Amino acid sequence: MDEPRLSRRRLLTTGAVITAVPVVTAAATLGGRDVPFKEGQANAPVAADGASGWRWFTDAEAAFITAAVGRLIPADDLGPGAVEAGVPTFIDRQLAGAYGRGERWYMQGPWSPGLPTQGYQTRLTPAGLYRAAIKAIDAAVVRESRGGSFARLAAADQDAFLKRLEKGDVALDGIDAKAFFAQLLQNTLEGFWSDPIYGGNRDMAGWKLIGFPGARYDNSEFVSRHGEKYPLPPVGIAGRVDWTRSQT
Amino acid sequence: MAKKLPSVDALLIGFGWTGAIMAQELTDAGLNVLALERGAWSDTSREFATTFAQDELRYFWRHDLFQTTAHDTQTIRNDASQVALPMRKLGSYLPGTNVGGAGVHWNGQTWRFLPSDFVARSHNLQRYGADAIPDTMTIQDWGVTYDDLEPYYDRFERLCGISGKAGNIRGQIQPGGNPFEGPRSREYPNPPMAMSYPPTLFAEAAASLGFHPFPQPSANMSQAYTNPLGVRLEKCTHCGFCEKFACGNYSKASAQTTILPVLMKKPNFRLRTECEVMKVNLDSSGKRAVSVTYVDAAGEEYEQPADLIVMCSYILNNVRLMLLSGIGTPYDPQTGQGVIGKNYAYQITSSVNLFFDDKILNPFIGAGAHGMHVDEWNGDNFDHTGLGFIGGGYVGVLQTGARPIETHPVPEGTPAWGSAFKKAIADNYLKTTSITTHGAVMSHRGNYLDLDPTYRDVYGRPLLRMTFDYTDNEHRMSDYLTDRAADIARAMKPREIKVNKRQGSWDVVPYQTTHNTGGAIMGSDPSTSAVNRWLQSWDVSNLFVMGASAFPQNPGYNPTGTVAALAYASAAAIRERYLKAPGALA
Repeated sequence: MDEPRLSRRRLLTTGAVITAVPVVTAAATLGGRDVPFKEGQANAPVAADGASGWRWFTDAEAAFITAAVGRLIPADDLGPGAVEAGVPTFIDRQLAGAYGRGERWYMQGPWSPGLPTQGYQTRLTPAGLYRAAIKAIDAAVVRESRGGSFARLAAADQDAFLKRLEKGDVALDGIDAKAFFAQLLQNTLEGFWSDPIYGGNRDMAGWKLIGFPGARYDNSEFVSRHGEKYPLPPVGIAGRVDWTRSQT
Repeated sequence: MAKKLPSVDALLIGFGWTGAIMAQELTDAGLNVLALERGAWSDTSREFATTFAQDELRYFWRHDLFQTTAHDTQTIRNDASQVALPMRKLGSYLPGTNVGGAGVHWNGQTWRFLPSDFVARSHNLQRYGADAIPDTMTIQDWGVTYDDLEPYYDRFERLCGISGKAGNIRGQIQPGGNPFEGPRSREYPNPPMAMSYPPTLFAEAAASLGFHPFPQPSANMSQAYTNPLGVRLEKCTHCGFCEKFACGNYSKASAQTTILPVLMKKPNFRLRTECEVMKVNLDSSGKRAVSVTYVDAAGEEYEQPADLIVMCSYILNNVRLMLLSGIGTPYDPQTGQGVIGKNYAYQITSSVNLFFDDKILNPFIGAGAHGMHVDEWNGDNFDHTGLGFIGGGYVGVLQTGARPIETHPVPEGTPAWGSAFKKAIADNYLKTTSITTHGAVMSHRGNYLDLDPTYRDVYGRPLLRMTFDYTDNEHRMSDYLTDRAADIARAMKPREIKVNKRQGSWDVVPYQTTHNTGGAIMGSDPSTSAVNRWLQSWDVSNLFVMGASAFPQNPGYNPTGTVAALAYASAAAIRERYLKAPGALA
């Protein structure tokens, strides 16, 4: 999904200088019996790299992410949490790709913090924000605890620290703690509930927890069966869990 | 130096719903038509096939079908005292990109506005007196009436195969339909969709309170349908990936599923994709458009002459292109003079979450326009005396498919993360629904569009600047609707409810609606409107401007039905009158 066929238009929008874009062809002219519908071509999603290791995070950053998302959605008697569902891998692969680079976002200055109603106004890309914020968080933990890191705190202390981040109640060396927490939580929910091809929601643990049947495309027979429990197991873009488990 | 191309009869800028409608109508009239679309070609089998269309992350959260703010965006602020900053990341609204535009990822909620909506100023003055409209509320009559547009509403409903139940056929109120709607000439082309559990519970509760619930008029097919052009749509499967998504099943009306299979084969139609119009060029009198300058995907610049030019892009792009091209007088909020950018409006929404113990609701079974509503408090369907506001909206349960990253409501007081959050989701997800309200936004003197003095797009052109906030009228109206929604929610007898009023200033972050309106408004007076009732520019008579930019204020319904009806009305005037004698139609 990171770069499903970089279109010429996308080259235009991402290139800083338009004239640097090589001339490819004249614009496509369609119509007049030249019907553009083409068979056998699909702009299918690009699955996350499933091999082990981190693509964006350093080991120290990965330790933070693993600890933090494990508190945001913990493993408990209801089932797997964010770590078991692969959320750290999901976030890592997202940050290593187009999303992490903020490729679709308007990133021209001048920069100003703005008002809350004006939304995202940091010059950091999502990947850059994670890098800067994790560094500042671990520095804050060292300052307050005389050593260690967020990942080495006891679970209750991690929870307390996350609550302060949520409220913006930690000084993070110029990083907006509240904005970072909101992004971390959002990406955690994405990793827990998105299609498993992106590296999270492993074994469809997120979908199973709530009863969401996933990427099914025909619910016709169930629309009028009011009050009945939906009987089918979840399915993803790549199929059912028992078809793909060996690969995850 | 731009390369000059051979002239065409009609040039369309942007190729979504209105571009496809206009292309079909003008090629039928024998014109040689060229459309320029800045996005790429897009069709069902290639871009959103059923094998991968159900992807919440890719399409909604990573914006695969939406405009790229890196390319251009709007700067935003709530009032003129603030410094506008760019919307760096989409949030409150989601303009589409590529062929089909936002009509690819729309819900399919296909409404007609009320007869009184088209005469909002004179109607409210007459019923409530001069005090009902404050000096700062700049609402206007449209210059066109519901009766004028009825045949064109009907035309669009036939094209799309709208599923619904008429409430008023030629003045006769029909059981099961919306009794408040304007008279329609005939029944909908398709019956209502099969209804899931939560909208059914809503309708039962609303009826028990004496209200008149009716099914959402829907561009999601209740059965297979072959439209008047011979294009076939398939029965909706309620997959729940419709609102904010593209349909892989040919079940949601869009340019792709209703017009393009016919249009693309016509010898007198051409489409150039990945071609962005920089400006419309006027002759020395400033009264006639002679050509457009556009840049193709390779960065090459062209001049494309045309006899007739139609702006068919999203409203924000239409208004910006008019300002960039020097067409019409820009609006000045200090003096109230000028028209381009005037009366920008939006929509105001709110919701009530319901949590049940004893009912499995399966909220993931849905479609973009699948639900039941009441219209008791829309427009002027109720007496506003003493309420302190005008306008209204509909209230209902719209079951669009609870994709879990976006939709995971939890009861009041639940933390946003941790084991308690996880448990609340696990306990409630299958047993929750919500009632939403969808309200009008009146136009106000301080809400407008102009060019930003600081920020630029990838070509170095100024971004459009949006100055907008809700006023007391909107908040009072929305709170009133939300209270009514809560009344019905309680009558549905859930374990508990959670009321989510729309509070404070307009905020660009949370998604609300892609119902931006105004900025090139229609009317009967060139000093207070940008286009006449046929969407023809008052200033440049061979330029027509489609879209919700023509709405003088935004009524309490989704805009697409009216956008399409206005396009058909405009096309008819071009075919029947303008082509015979090019010039001002009014």
